Order: sequence, then C-alpha cells, then structure tokens
Amino acid sequence: MYTSGLDVEDRPAAGTSRRRALCVAMAALAGAALLSACGKANEEAPAPGTTPAAPASDSASIKVGVLHSLSGTMSISEVAVKDATLLAIEEINKAGGVLGKQLVPVVEDGASDWPTFNEKARKLVQQDAVAVVFGGWTSASRKAMLPSFEELNGLLFYPVQYEGLEQSPNIFYTGAEPSQQIVPAVDYLLEKGKKRIYLLGSDYVFPRTANKIIKAQLASKGGELAGEEYLPLGGTEVSTIISKISAAKPDAIFNTLNGDSNVAFFKQFKDAGYTADKLPVLSVSVAEEEVRGIGADNIAGHLVSWNYYQTTDTPENKKFVDAYKAKYGATRVTDDPIEAGYFGVYLWKMAVEKAKSTEVAKVKEAVKAGGIEYNAPEGLVRLDGKNQHTWKTVRIGAVRKDGLIDEVWSSGKPVQPDPYLSAYPWAKELAAK
Amino acid sequence: MNEVLLHAFNGLSLGSILLLISMGLAFSFGLMNVINMAHGEFIMAGAYTTYVVGQHVAPLVGGTEAGLWFLLALPASFLVAGVLGLLLELSMIRFLYGRPLDTLLATWGVGLVLQQAARSLFGASNVQVSSPSWLSGGVALSGGVQLPYKRVFLIALVIACIVAVYTYLHRSAGGRRLRAVMQNREMASCLGVRARRVDAATFALGAGLAGIAGCALTQLGSIGPSLGTNYIVDAFMVVILGGLGRLPGTVVAALVIGVANTLLELSTTASLGKALVFALVIAFLQWRPTGLLALRTR
Repeated sequence: MYTSGLDVEDRPAAGTSRRRALCVAMAALAGAALLSACGKANEEAPAPGTTPAAPASDSASIKVGVLHSLSGTMSISEVAVKDATLLAIEEINKAGGVLGKQLVPVVEDGASDWPTFNEKARKLVQQDAVAVVFGGWTSASRKAMLPSFEELNGLLFYPVQYEGLEQSPNIFYTGAEPSQQIVPAVDYLLEKGKKRIYLLGSDYVFPRTANKIIKAQLASKGGELAGEEYLPLGGTEVSTIISKISAAKPDAIFNTLNGDSNVAFFKQFKDAGYTADKLPVLSVSVAEEEVRGIGADNIAGHLVSWNYYQTTDTPENKKFVDAYKAKYGATRVTDDPIEAGYFGVYLWKMAVEKAKSTEVAKVKEAVKAGGIEYNAPEGLVRLDGKNQHTWKTVRIGAVRKDGLIDEVWSSGKPVQPDPYLSAYPWAKELAAK
Repeated sequence: MNEVLLHAFNGLSLGSILLLISMGLAFSFGLMNVINMAHGEFIMAGAYTTYVVGQHVAPLVGGTEAGLWFLLALPASFLVAGVLGLLLELSMIRFLYGRPLDTLLATWGVGLVLQQAARSLFGASNVQVSSPSWLSGGVALSGGVQLPYKRVFLIALVIACIVAVYTYLHRSAGGRRLRAVMQNREMASCLGVRARRVDAATFALGAGLAGIAGCALTQLGSIGPSLGTNYIVDAFMVVILGGLGRLPGTVVAALVIGVANTLLELSTTASLGKALVFALVIAFLQWRPTGLLALRTR
C-alpha cells in the first residue's frame, strides 16, 4: 500500500479497542470459513503412510462419497447434481439397498476449488473408506482428483459431459464425451446448411479442446471457420465479441461458454438485435438449469446438444422428474448432468451386485465383462467394458419460451462412446497429442 | 464510420460500467483506506434487491413489462446495500481504521458470509430479472449495427450518479463535513464535526452506490451469489489507477480503462486484451505510483 492523501495517522487511534477489534475480525473470519463450509482447519489430513483402507464398511451398511461444490461459483450447477445423487441413494435404500446393505452417503464440499476437490477425495477414500465417490463437474476438478483415485485405487463416477481424450482406470464417465455431444451437434448444423460457424468459448481446457475437435471436423466436412473467440472464465463484458461476430457474418455460433458468461452473452446478444432465426447459437454447456438463470425469453429458439432433457419422453423419466420435484420442490428442473448423477448410482449398484463385492478391482472386472446396462430416464445406458464411458443417446434440442427444451433431433439409439475419437479419420492428430 | 462509432460506444459503455462498480469503492477504499473486499457483495445485494422488487413489487405497479418497478428498484438497491454497509461499519470496520491489511481479511470474510447468506436465501442457482420493455432492443444504425438501449441507459445512469455525488460533496452540508473529515480529521473534530458519524455515513454511501451498480448490472449479466467476484478486481484496478482519495481520478480511470480494453480486445482477444490492460496499468503505476490524478501528499 502506498501513501495516499490520507495518511494512516489521520484515522482514529484504535489503541484501546485493538484487541476487541481483533476478536471481531477473527470471529468474522471463523464464521466465514464455517459458513462457506470450507472448514479446512477442521479436517486433519490423514497421516502420511497410512495404507488405503479396504473399501468395505460395517456389515449392515456401505459408505459412498458424494463430492460436489456446495459453495463457491460452481455450486450453481453442482448442488442439483448432488441432490439427484442423494435421491438415487434414497431410492436404492428404500428398495433394499445394495447386496442387502444400506448405502450411507458421505457428502463433502469441493468448494469450487480444485485442490479442495483433491483433498476431499483423498479424505473420502482414505479416512471414510467409501466404496465409490460420485462427484466432480469441471474438468479441472476431475483432473485434480484423478491422480489420487489412481494412487489410492478409489473409484469415481463423473457425471458431466467433458472434452474427451481421457480414460482413467479409476473413473467411470457417465456424461457424454465429444462423439456423443459435440461431433453430432456440428454435423447437425452442417446438415442444416450452416456452413460458416463461429466458435465462442470460455478460456479454459474444455472449450479449447472442444474447438480443436470442431475445427478438424469442419475442415474435413466442408464447413468453414468464421472466427474463434474466448472470454475469460466468468467474464461478462461481451460487447466487443458481439461486434466481432457481427463483422464475421457467420451462419451459426457454436457456444462453449461456461457459467455466468452465458447469461451475459445471451442477454446482450438479444439486445444487439439477434434472434435465433437470424443467427442460431448452439450451446453445449447450457441445460434447463442454466436456462433459468439466463431467462428463457433471452435464449428461446436457440439450440443445445445433450443426451437428456426434462421433456424426454420415457416412462422412467416421468417417474424421475416426479420424484425429483416431490423431494426438492415443484419449481426445480432436471437436466442432463442431474440425470447422469442420478443413474450413475444405479449403474454402480448393478456392477457391485454383479461383482458381489464393493471392491474396486472386482467392480471394474464386472464392468469389463460387459452387460451393465440400465433403463435410465434418458433411455437405455450401458457402461462400456473397454473404455469405462457410457453408451448414450444423442439429442439436439431447441429452448422453449417456458425454459424447457424440445428435442428436434435424436440419434435414436445409444451411441458407442469413443473418447479418443478413434472412429473419425480427421481426429487422428488430435488423439495422438 | 458506423464501425468507429460502435467501438467508441462500446468503450464508453464499458467505461460506464467500470465507473458504476468502482464509484462506491472510491469512497470506502479511496477515501477511507478500507480495503473493502465485500464491495462485490454489496453489488450482489443490490442485484438481489432488484430481483426481489421485480418479483414482488412489479405486479403491483404495472407488471414487469411496464418497467416502473425498475425505477423503484434503483433507490431500493441503494438503501438495502447502504444499510448493509452501515451495519458493517458499525459492527466491524470502525474497529479497524488505520489497519488496511486487517480490513482486507475481515471484509473478505464478510464477503464470504454474505455470499453464503445469499445462497441460503435465494438458492445456489442464478436467478433472472426480466427487462422492462423500454430497455429491450436498441437504436438501429445502418449496416446492421445496433446500440442497445440498456447500454445507453447505463451511460445515462452513470452521469446521473456523478452529478448526484458531486452535488452532494460540494453543495450540501453533509458533503462538506465529509470532505472536511477526510482532509483533516482533527481540525474538523475541533470545529464540531462528529467524525465518527461522518465515517459511518461515508462507508454507507459507498455501499449504497455499489447497490445501484448491482441493480443496473442485472440488465447485463448474471444474478447469483458470486456475482460480486466478477467485478471486484476491476473495481480496485480503477480506483488505484485513478489515485486514492480522488473521485475525478476514478472517473477518468474508468473511461481510460474502458476504451483501452475495448481497443486492445478488438485487435487481440478478450483474454489477451484484459491481460494487456493489467500490464499497462501496472506499468503506469510504476511511473506514477499515486495514480492518474493524485493529491499532492502532505
């Protein structure tokens, strides 16, 4: 701090109240730490050298970890996934549990902070000896936890679509990888005659990797790159980017913005005079939950690509949506990651029952043998024995005026996961990196 | 020609947003030396006040379309954030004057508390405030270029705020007392000004201005518990570049950063543009550590 016109001495002398003030400040800080549920101080790190505990619990129950951001910027999305995971656990317990044992969820807060995710993951696996952890959202949080799960031989079910090019032996991926979301979405745009595509994303690993894939795909399929822009994560100043888009005159925008930037973008995009008819935006990180924050009238008509919508027409989904709303309130919506967080628990249950054990090695063995499939709200999903990803149906949707999403195109059947895009000749160089 | 006009407008508009979010901080940080990390949360409080007014008052005064409610939300946001600021000053800040680093830690903690409080009250998800119909759309220029009404409104709002603050500081008894205490506390006290009361009022005024910023920002960006964190760094940058204790400096700094950011972003990318602005600000402060329009230190 440099000296300003106001010197420190100008302020009232705080002599007598110094100690008291310190107490107040300390109390406030402690309160903040507690409230934000960071509470790192409360948690003793496991002593180094402790051997990873066997993933068993006592005879009547099995502990499972649920690790999402319940505070901080990502809690916007992750709290709902945690809720869906707990709903599945509750349903399974009501129906008699797994292997005749009740599931006991241990919920931890990753606090939107990647080192915290890793710390909590280690705590869940080592200290609580959970059989499995359901959690994570951002790729950064997954990448932070990955080494710990591999080192401690834990098991993670990761429920969110991501950029692919990864396959950890200790992670099951229940969200889409690019060939189940991004690649079909680009194909859809090209089929509709939208050749000139503008890529807009947040500045971090997922959009940059996704855009690398899209550029390779456009180049091989006769599309044209109209431009490529990245907004700092959380950035809300998009007027210059909208000017650049206007100048580039694309046929469509492929949007990989994440979080709050989407709200700013769609609000300001509409005010700049653009509608979905004039220039459609296809988003891959905007689901029903995000539409509520953006405002349905700001994004109505624009496209999204996912595997599941609240309106998806299956009997399982009707049951799921009803149960979710009954438990958490009628105003809540379900969306793709929420649904993946829900059916992940069921897939794990089936694998455990097939293995007749919660031991990680045996569960993985059971999945490898194949045949772990479940009628999820989105339709049939199947854990792939080879790459630990999930077979999922791809759906392109258009946002309705009431904030829900209507399916406008569907792959009709579950698409085989292909995280390294090995079936696509144009993706050879990407996968090699 | 239209292009140039559009970019000038974008720069001015970004400058007006920066000024809106940093004007309150110019009081608490610039004048009072409180490193107020909770400033962003006052902005958030203003935004949520606007949300509540939009939900509960709008149906009584002609609905969300008519937009009278939005004009009511502005003073409501000012009051709610101002009262929060006053409470914070009375309960904590007054013990910490003269210890800027302590205020940094304490207000950061308060910011976390306020964020989590918003999460408990309104849920973790973003909420939405719809726009009055007179703020939707924009002035169409030839060549498909459109100047959004919201941005025009923001620029007008900022000008109104500057005029109001200037009038308060220079034309009212309260403003004169404020300047007297900030310039020479002992002398002002000797002459019968109650310095403590002025401290509290100044801090509350800064918080209230943040509330107005929050209200205006509901029209541009997201409304969620962590809204404030998106703006806090920019706000500090503007106040430091402008020079501590100098309100006109804050105005100039906001405009300079707004225009520079727009031009740099235009020729590079959004991330690089922002980084370059930071680099330029740091370089400038190496050359003139007291900012653009600094007081001669006594």
